[in-house]
Amino acid sequence: MELILAKYNYWIYVFLMMIGFYAMIVKNNLVKKIIGMSIFQTAIILFYVSIGAKKGATIPIIEHHAHSGAIDPAHYINPLPHVLMLTAIVVSVSTLGVALALILKIYHQYGTVEEDEILEQIQ
Amino acid sequence: MKAIGLITVFSLGMALFYATIDFPPWADPQSPASLHVSPHYIQETMKETDVSNVVTSVLADYRGFDTMFETSVIFTAGIAVILILRKYSKKEDEKFLPEVSEEAEPDIIIQTVTRIIVPFIQLFALYVIAHGHHSPGGGFQGGVILGASFILLAISFNLKAMLRRISERKDILLGGIGLLIYSGIGALCVLLGANFLNYKVLHLIIPEASQVEARSYGILGVEIGVAIAVMAIMIAIYANLSSDGKYDKGL
Repeated sequence: MELILAKYNYWIYVFLMMIGFYAMIVKNNLVKKIIGMSIFQTAIILFYVSIGAKKGATIPIIEHHAHSGAIDPAHYINPLPHVLMLTAIVVSVSTLGVALALILKIYHQYGTVEEDEILEQIQ
Repeated sequence: MKAIGLITVFSLGMALFYATIDFPPWADPQSPASLHVSPHYIQETMKETDVSNVVTSVLADYRGFDTMFETSVIFTAGIAVILILRKYSKKEDEKFLPEVSEEAEPDIIIQTVTRIIVPFIQLFALYVIAHGHHSPGGGFQGGVILGASFILLAISFNLKAMLRRISERKDILLGGIGLLIYSGIGALCVLLGANFLNYKVLHLIIPEASQVEARSYGILGVEIGVAIAVMAIMIAIYANLSSDGKYDKGL
């Protein structure tokens, strides 16, 4: 029970990552592969954010009246994972745009987004 | 093929499940990730940068290089989408074209609500950018909200209506300007005699600002640059994807 309560969030992220990875390598449709990649990225983002959590701590915004005394880091959650994921979210959106543009171009060329049909046409 | 994939995914998942045994318990204040540099950020940010939102100060000051190159990744992605999809000539040389559905009747409720709500969305975006020093927010979030307001306009009217407000040429120019503001502030610091992106020397040109306040102003300038670049690139990606690079009526 103790183990489940301490670790269950990591297990959820591993499970999400498995779903995304399965879609990336098994699905035939290129758009579904992209959706799988997005699920994978979401799992990583959730994992990072949960690393920064601290029990009983608040968001990492220093209260204005507090800066005269010493600030206890245990009162504020770790800001570093938030910074890393903030940029990662926006970058993942723009890379998603590039991926969709490439798929659109592939459709123009082959008339399909199914991987096996594209491979048949190439051979 | 499916079986191989399933076995691969399952074995990887099991390895990761096994690895979680060594992880620190959830929300443990003593976890290794929270003991290295983050106590310094939390304790010193008010003294060193005068910015109470630690995420903003780490984003734009302590990890300024990281954010600058993330912004250039976004800019490069936008340029890549334009290069892949944009068609300048009228002639069709593609073999297969997506099926275009009949254009729907313009909906008066959606259009009226959009017309009323878009200025407020943009005002809120400016608030999120400017108030990122003291509340959750900043350049990336505000830029995405600004871009979303234009995309909402393009969805509820059509792409032409959006392009009347912000033309293609202006949009790409804004993307470049955003990145230029960021790297330009960094280069200004070099010209004033400090390291790249070391904002504290900006007190020489900002009147009545101490070195600490100059870092706060430097962060604000950088966030504005990020917001402009993100907004422009979001609009460019949407416009190219929705109209197949033709910049006609769009979806």
